[in-house]
Amino acid sequence: MSLPVRITALLVAFAAVVVGAAFVVVHYILGSPPTVTFNASGGVTNVLLQEDPQNNSATQPQWVSYYVHDPSTKQWVHTTLFSIPAGGLVHVTILGYDGCTPLRNNYWSQVQGTIGGTVNLSIVNNKGVATPPRNVSVINSWAGCTVGHTFAIPALHLFIPVASPDAIDSANNLCGVSPCTSGPHSVESFSFRAPSHGGIFRWQCLVPCGGGYLDGNGGPMQTIGFMTGNMEVRA
Amino acid sequence: MATPEAPAASAPAERRHGLWIFVIWLPLAVIADLLIWIVWRPHLPPGTMSTSAQHQQFDIAVMAVVGAPVLLFVWTYAAYALLSWHHREGDEEDGPPIHGNARIQATWIGATAVIVLGLFVFGTVELIVPAGAGAGEGPDPIWKPNVSHMLEVQVIGQQWQFSYRYPQFGGMESTQLVLPANTTVEFHVTSLDVIHSFWAYQLGVKADANPGVDNVAYTTTRNQLGSFTVRCNELCGLWHGAMYNYGHVVSPAAFATWATALHATQARDGILAALPPYALTYDPTVIPQLGASIVKIDGITGAAGYYYPPQDPVTP
Repeated sequence: MSLPVRITALLVAFAAVVVGAAFVVVHYILGSPPTVTFNASGGVTNVLLQEDPQNNSATQPQWVSYYVHDPSTKQWVHTTLFSIPAGGLVHVTILGYDGCTPLRNNYWSQVQGTIGGTVNLSIVNNKGVATPPRNVSVINSWAGCTVGHTFAIPALHLFIPVASPDAIDSANNLCGVSPCTSGPHSVESFSFRAPSHGGIFRWQCLVPCGGGYLDGNGGPMQTIGFMTGNMEVRA
Repeated sequence: MATPEAPAASAPAERRHGLWIFVIWLPLAVIADLLIWIVWRPHLPPGTMSTSAQHQQFDIAVMAVVGAPVLLFVWTYAAYALLSWHHREGDEEDGPPIHGNARIQATWIGATAVIVLGLFVFGTVELIVPAGAGAGEGPDPIWKPNVSHMLEVQVIGQQWQFSYRYPQFGGMESTQLVLPANTTVEFHVTSLDVIHSFWAYQLGVKADANPGVDNVAYTTTRNQLGSFTVRCNELCGLWHGAMYNYGHVVSPAAFATWATALHATQARDGILAALPPYALTYDPTVIPQLGASIVKIDGITGAAGYYYPPQDPVTP
């Protein structure tokens, strides 16, 4: 092999390594879903989330996923990153469009860390009729088809089972286009006190909902933007 | 023709070098060991919050005391060699020939053998006496504490949160690990999904949490109240680095109050009745143990609405 050919091959190989490294940095390290910013009004920050049986991403549309409602654009954003101000009251509402999956540890059926130790729960059927809201402290995922996912911020001792809609109604009329705007779902709301200091708090689902992965532990369970993310508290 | 060197002239010089090295090394080693034992030992990890932690701190101090003279000897020898035998301007002669010295060789082999075998015996004793030294001993522990009463705590790992069950308190479960002071604790460590590792750092307890395995570890808390860190020590996925929380050693009276209140709350809320019967390990068949049927409605959830049976662990 002649010297020019060898030098050219060396340069091409070097360029390939550089391009590969740049792709890894940009795609996997720097690339992240957008962050939705919530501001307080009268000392209360209202956060609206929904969990769907699928999503509208180009890469993994079959994965279950959370969405965050952007208060500034009034649009659902496919992300699990959001920020809230420190110190105030946070009022969270989660719309649960996905069906049920039993918890691996039924202990997570208990509502923990909310003000009052309860969530306010209502179930909406396919015709848009809602059950009267009621405060519950336990949604027993093993007693029936009742829990779809959970919303947990372990560092704040916040563990919320998110109810699933009626099983039969859900089986027949499951929302098939995300972000969901119709179909049977649960409406669950609760409040907690935001930390007085700034920081980043991871949140996650404790239902092994990574369908198609070993024991449901992979895929959306392990990917920010789907069933886990960060809540940034702004000091 | 080279003139042969007179061996008798170099022998006394070598003996003097050895003496000088020994005289320099000995006070350094004594000072270092005294500093380690008196000044450093109380601050060595993992502290003295439990008997196993206390033993580990003692072990580390003993190893430091044994190791420091060896390290200092190497450093002293190297420094002495640099200062005494370095090349001098105008000296073009060869160094003296190297020849064997049976006494030095025997001393070296004997000393290192004593150190290694001594540490072997010491390490074995320190593993047996404190009942496994806070390490997971598997489902059938060889070394058990010789006490009549132990507090049983089950540690359950799940991506990415530890929870703790207290079978002697109706099987109540908590995200907080609370332990009474001056009490021997029997940890039963298991996992519901992947491999985790329960590491209660200041207690000196570390045991793998494997799904389907009951890994037993022992420790005895001392009369030292406060918090300790619990970390997962086995790479277990995205949030492995965030899988930690804090446990607390409290007075026996405070523990009784906490346990009684938690049990009452969980009984009132119904979560106690919703938990499976206490078992050393858990698997998906635990739901029918409650008399409940496993819900199977394909197509409505990402996990197909059912709890993965053992024969179908890969595709939920």
